[in-house]
Amino acid sequence: MKHHNYSIIGHRQPAVDAASKATGQAQYTVDIQLPGMLWGKILRSKYPHARILNIDTSKAEKLAGIKAVITHKDTLGKKFGFVRNTADQYPLAVDKVRYIGDEIAAVAAVAEDVAEEALALIRVDYEVLPAVFDPLEAIDPEAPLIHDGQNNISARLAWEFGNVEEGFGESDFVRQDTFYTQPVNHCPLEPHACVASFEPPDHLTVWASTQGVFYLRNQLSRTLDMPISNIRVIRPQVGGAFGGKIELFPFNVCAAILSQKTGKPVKIVCTREEVFTATRCRHPMIIHLKTGVKKDGALVAVQARIILDGGAYNSTGPVATYLAGAFLCLPLKARNIKYEGFRVYTNKPVCGAQRGHAVPQIRFAIESQLDIIAETLGLDPIELHLKNAVQTGDVTLNKQVITSCGFSECLEKIKAQRSPALPEGKGIGFATCAFVSGATYHLFFTTEAFANAIIQANEDGTVSLITGVADIGQGSDTVLAMITAEELGIGVKDIKLITADTDLTPYDWGSGSSRVTYQAGNATKMAAAQVKKLLLEAVSHELDVYPEELVARDGRIFVRDRPEKGISFAEAVSLAQKSTGGEPIIGQGEFQPQEAKVNLQSGEGNTSPAYSFGAQLAQVEIDKELGKVKVTKMVVAHDCGLAINPMAIEGQIEGSIAMGHGQALYEELIQEKGQTLNADFINYRLPTARDVPEVETMLVESVDPGGPYGAKESGEGIIVSTIPAIANAISNATGGRIHSLPLTPEKLLKALEQKTK
Amino acid sequence: MKEKEGNKKGKQLSSVSRREFIKGLGAGALGTAALSGGIIALKEAEAHPAEESLEEGIKIPLRLKINGIRYKVEVEPRYTLVDVIRDQLQLTGTKKACDRGECGACTVLLDGKPVYSCMTLAITAAGRDIMTIEGLASGEELHPIQQAFLENDAFQCGFCTSGQIMAVNGLLKQNLNPSREEARNALAGNICRCGTYTRILEATLDASQRLRKGGGNRG
Repeated sequence: MKHHNYSIIGHRQPAVDAASKATGQAQYTVDIQLPGMLWGKILRSKYPHARILNIDTSKAEKLAGIKAVITHKDTLGKKFGFVRNTADQYPLAVDKVRYIGDEIAAVAAVAEDVAEEALALIRVDYEVLPAVFDPLEAIDPEAPLIHDGQNNISARLAWEFGNVEEGFGESDFVRQDTFYTQPVNHCPLEPHACVASFEPPDHLTVWASTQGVFYLRNQLSRTLDMPISNIRVIRPQVGGAFGGKIELFPFNVCAAILSQKTGKPVKIVCTREEVFTATRCRHPMIIHLKTGVKKDGALVAVQARIILDGGAYNSTGPVATYLAGAFLCLPLKARNIKYEGFRVYTNKPVCGAQRGHAVPQIRFAIESQLDIIAETLGLDPIELHLKNAVQTGDVTLNKQVITSCGFSECLEKIKAQRSPALPEGKGIGFATCAFVSGATYHLFFTTEAFANAIIQANEDGTVSLITGVADIGQGSDTVLAMITAEELGIGVKDIKLITADTDLTPYDWGSGSSRVTYQAGNATKMAAAQVKKLLLEAVSHELDVYPEELVARDGRIFVRDRPEKGISFAEAVSLAQKSTGGEPIIGQGEFQPQEAKVNLQSGEGNTSPAYSFGAQLAQVEIDKELGKVKVTKMVVAHDCGLAINPMAIEGQIEGSIAMGHGQALYEELIQEKGQTLNADFINYRLPTARDVPEVETMLVESVDPGGPYGAKESGEGIIVSTIPAIANAISNATGGRIHSLPLTPEKLLKALEQKTK
Repeated sequence: MKEKEGNKKGKQLSSVSRREFIKGLGAGALGTAALSGGIIALKEAEAHPAEESLEEGIKIPLRLKINGIRYKVEVEPRYTLVDVIRDQLQLTGTKKACDRGECGACTVLLDGKPVYSCMTLAITAAGRDIMTIEGLASGEELHPIQQAFLENDAFQCGFCTSGQIMAVNGLLKQNLNPSREEARNALAGNICRCGTYTRILEATLDASQRLRKGGGNRG
């Protein structure tokens, strides 16, 4: 890594909230207890598809300890959805239920088990409707309709750049495959939870385990028909999210209504089973992929036709469908691209955003197919990628603007790490990724500001950093504190964070699409620069020098050429306040998305202000008799622009690899007629300390011109290449190719059997 | 007692709930408590028969020694230790993530050994030494295990951290110089979805070194 002359940036910084987490003092939503607080529970549908004929809550209402029972009649019957114009979900089912787990009624009681007992006393009369679970059956015009409309297609996007038919004609080799990916759950260890407290006449406070307080506030405002200024959303610590806590959930709305009805705070914590079955999962996809190349590996044409199994509601469906197409090729270039994505409703749990949001699935397919192509043509897959690699300054066919790109450097680094011939039963696999640093566009068709920060300097030498950013454990608060400290020349411990409270902090969209470091980082840097300017001006008068001659570093503001001439940061704050007649020293910064809009229909537009890149090698050992795969090592080269906190970035990469390891090899929600059969950690296996491989990380710093200090996304995108790298390593070791995730021993043995036939 | 539960089960539409299940366990445990402590309130329960409602629980006064402090609580036999620790004593550092012994977030030490507090009935912990994450640091000074976690960045979201630290503490009480493999095995019952396992292992070995230098694990 390059050595910069930064005192904070680029150094290994323990998280700002580390001590509170290590001592158990960190407060999560599930830890909140308020005086008089009631427990809420949700009654969920037992059927995958049914009309609701009647709901009788009378017995539940009479249960001792029950304070309120609500059904759709107590809601405004307003639909909500992640993307406003495709809203299709009610807080409580109005006329029918569309999956096992759909919300029907909610109760509030003096204790959690009383609430649970009340659910059993609610009688629901259903008329069971024919259900459809297979997306290929659901797409059939004759299939039972899950929502009002012509068919079960919840989103369809299609575009072509160039002409793929001509491209295939020009190709020396064309390969066609179909790949399948599975439903997986985020499994944040803190279950989804909220506490809602309605204060008459019209104010609502919600503590929520959420990725974005302002986004949640907007959604609550629309669903409850309350002005946003009457709703305060606060994010306590969040015990993991991974994309699964980005949305409004019916239980949030229910908690608010129950609180209004009872006059007491109401807490709802999802059970683990509810987290598995009634929040969100990753979209399973069926990917028909056709790729044409020249003899030397030059990509001529790529065509993908994808079916996303969306489950019962839209959730992030249109966005997922767009992203799968937008990242069909990146980090590679092809001359012709054609994409068609159908997202289909089925009577199953709802699919939404999850780490990598639709890109890991498509990349599993493409990187697997490129590996097959390289092998067939006798090419080195790394050379094939080098030949087609995007470079700084490129604009892709779908108009993604590559402002900085260390992808080729990542490939070279990985190439140097590749071991020569491997013994029998061992293999290596290679794959790559590219990912966004947040979105450039106002996807949600709202008028809110995007990312903001306010910094106020205090006379004791500290500053308050006030931002709406919701750290969900990825360490973004630490990154923003480091940026503030670097800019102002003080220590990270001197930064007091006030974050993620809609009443106190300026707007920020939240932790999603890997946007915080780049976007809120820029806003924070701008706010800090303003504070610095005010301080340097005041100090320059005092020391009789020009502000340009001054440096802020190590808690002092001093003359660059005469370091002994200077004053402490604290003195500078007092001085500046005095010089302005007592005005506070406040800086404000913002980041606004570029004007370049993405057209979801044409697929054209710059998805993100900057893109991260990565390449990975997976080393595996295979027990060919049992089909067992052990990933022994992962080597990663990652272009994150500039590593603001290398220690946290390495941790994020290791996290992506752990999750990718599970999702590549064994994680899968088993669903039978809409019923999830393994909604627990025994039957849905997660990686443990005994499973994760050794990880070697090499950071590549391409220093993006738009990122704060050159930083871009890190840590989310790496899961994209983890999964295909493992798949390719298995193929390398055994010669067996598996086209569907997860890559289980059963599938591997079958693939090996087919190979020997 | 048994008969009443039988009646209730008839009303329960769904299969055996966790509460019913644990209540079944509790009945046996209650017998033990009744014998040893001589506390029983069956008559009181019979005087207030449950209608269409939650059965009035029989609460047993109990003393739980947690982090060296003797707390007075009243618990139904079916109450799990994690619920008593979190809801009654508001020691919320211990987390509940699966509530069925599958993830380790609720790990506490019972007589120095790590247990899942969601699978431990509170009444069975009476008279024993319970240690939670809150008992580890002495004042402002972090315990060497906590310090090692902090310096090795051995967490992200932090939700599993209390359980991980208590599991490490349990390990280092029994084996002050574990190998990497021994540590890996000892921690296999604690899930970290953020995937910080490598760092947790580093922190464990780091902590063991700190403790050996400092003369042992008194945590």
